[in-house]
Amino acid sequence: MTVRLSDVAKGDELPALNVPVTREDLVRYAGASGDFNRIHWNERFATEVGLPDVIAHGMFTMALAGRLVSEWTGDPGAIVDYGVRFTRPVVVPDDGVGALLELTGKVAAVNEDGTVKVAITARSAEQGVLGGASALVRLPE
Amino acid sequence: MPLDQSFIGREYPPTEPYEVGREKIREFADAIKDDSPVHRDAGAAEAAGHPDVIAPPTFAVILSMRAHDAVVSDAALGLDYSKVVHGNQRFTHHRPIRAGDVLRTVVVVDDIKARAGNDFLTVRAEITTVGGEPVCTAISTLVARGTAEQGEQV
Repeated sequence: MTVRLSDVAKGDELPALNVPVTREDLVRYAGASGDFNRIHWNERFATEVGLPDVIAHGMFTMALAGRLVSEWTGDPGAIVDYGVRFTRPVVVPDDGVGALLELTGKVAAVNEDGTVKVAITARSAEQGVLGGASALVRLPE
Repeated sequence: MPLDQSFIGREYPPTEPYEVGREKIREFADAIKDDSPVHRDAGAAEAAGHPDVIAPPTFAVILSMRAHDAVVSDAALGLDYSKVVHGNQRFTHHRPIRAGDVLRTVVVVDDIKARAGNDFLTVRAEITTVGGEPVCTAISTLVARGTAEQGEQV
């Protein structure tokens, strides 16, 4: 399934994506990315440095939010530019359930050069966790 | 201690070449629960117009973080890494990263600011093939909490 440029208009909403995030997911992401900062797996350390609990890697949240866009386009290679601000941490308790990341997005602009700007909203525990998140995608004609 | 502004514009030597492996791409895609076949199956990637399996859009962080080590461990800059959180991140892809790429990264300090007691360090990682083909520009702002002079407000 591939979205084409001619199918897209400003204001279109992307299919929403909800992703559960558990401690196990954080350990797996730490291994895959090489980011072993203890705030992402060690509750004692996280609380010592003033965090409420273990928090997800910002880059993990960014990667999951990117899936909203790549699953919509059908081709992760369509994303030519992708930026976010990390405004609030995704807190991941060790309660067997973890956190839920709720992702929505819409087409913010269809540009003259054929690229499409998608604005992304990411929420967890009823609060926004990313600011100004957007991706620029190049879609087939 | 605020960070030394004279570091703005400083470029660090390129990292050792990093060879992008198929299994590393699969491992990263699994970790972000992205089941797209273009990360796993060369045939599916080719059907989507790529010469080989491609990495997810944030895979470049593996390279940019390694390259940041030179900056954050530079004693002369004086960043307290135990207080660092990620402030923002942007990837500009000149083309997707793909299996078989041999990449290296040059980091440049783009900006240093102090605001509301926090130090903000913006570093730009230019990821290219060893042959010099631009692949990705990754711009990261690292925030060291409570390390700057107080008194300035946002």
